[in-house]
Amino acid sequence: MEVEKPRFDLFLEEMDQAEGKEIEELIARSQHPLPDQVEWLEPGPRPNLLVTTIDKVFNWGRHYSTWPFGSGLACCAMEMVPTAASRFDQARFGMEIFRASPRQADLLIVAGTLTWKMARALKLLYDQMAEPKWVVAMGACAISGGTFAHSYSVVPGVNRVIPVDVYVPGCPPRPEALLYGFMQLHQKIERRSVRDEFILADLRKIVPGRSKRN
Amino acid sequence: MTKALVGQSIAEQIAKHIPQAVVEANDAWVVIKPDLLLQVVQFLKATPGFDFNYLNCVTGVDYLDYLEVVYHLTSLERTHSLVLKVRCSREKPEVPSVVSVWCGADLQEREIFDLLGITFVGHPNLKRIFMWEGFKGYPLRRDYL
Ligand code: SF4
Repeated sequence: MEVEKPRFDLFLEEMDQAEGKEIEELIARSQHPLPDQVEWLEPGPRPNLLVTTIDKVFNWGRHYSTWPFGSGLACCAMEMVPTAASRFDQARFGMEIFRASPRQADLLIVAGTLTWKMARALKLLYDQMAEPKWVVAMGACAISGGTFAHSYSVVPGVNRVIPVDVYVPGCPPRPEALLYGFMQLHQKIERRSVRDEFILADLRKIVPGRSKRN
Repeated sequence: MTKALVGQSIAEQIAKHIPQAVVEANDAWVVIKPDLLLQVVQFLKATPGFDFNYLNCVTGVDYLDYLEVVYHLTSLERTHSLVLKVRCSREKPEVPSVVSVWCGADLQEREIFDLLGITFVGHPNLKRIFMWEGFKGYPLRRDYL
């Protein structure tokens, strides 16, 4: 019996074309940096006692269990790894293990140079993370493209693609710097209010432009 | 340690078997004509005494006047090495592919094609590898920016 061989080459060619088109579109869409996630830092009317109490409990729980999702894209990953190991021990902050799945993580650590080809994948992973989610941009490359800012293939700052909470400068930043970044993030999380979250969620539904997390 | 062979002596031996193949030779490298590259490479791989059975790397260089492809060869049995070079013009950047001789050249030739725009004639799957389909230009050429 004659079995027709599948033409993988044609299929692959189509995939390549589609990928190229998607990347071009992504570049065209990300010409300007996204605003940082600071909605809840804006001072609003003073919440009442009940809300603040619930906030305390919520934020206490959240900031002591931000499980990271490491995205080690380049050399900075070499400093992110010892941050999790025994000497610097990020488990002290309740960030026990690097999850291999975005579904189980709250914090995306972008460690390294992001290229346009990878940007698609990173955005997809970020979108798959469950709310509430935070992003740490680690290293000069993740912040602004660093040494490669004007290169043909490097994204000049991950905030072109995903909104960032905390920037940790350095090339690479030492693990202490990353830990300090985590502490800053914890302070930021503590200022978040459940009330804001619901109001903002409603706002996002009504006015899509309001969304800072496109 | 591998011993680097002297270019001139190798060039003489190549010239004995394949005349007109050598363009230029000094003690570090041998420059080969592109259209005779495949013959030379097969000769170097198959001849006992040379046995260049390992291709360390393929590199592309832009010299503004011409483009160059550099092959670093090693013989694992005889532990000696040799540097081969091939030059092509900017207008018609074509070099024969050596994938049929060393499979390891596959991805590296694709990389050179992607970043320098040198076409490797006879390559089984010559398409972009680092940059995406539809990317314009060859970023490692000096006139890219
Ligand atoms: S900031 Fe420096 S260490 Fe970090 S990825 Fe960029 S080049 Fe590497």
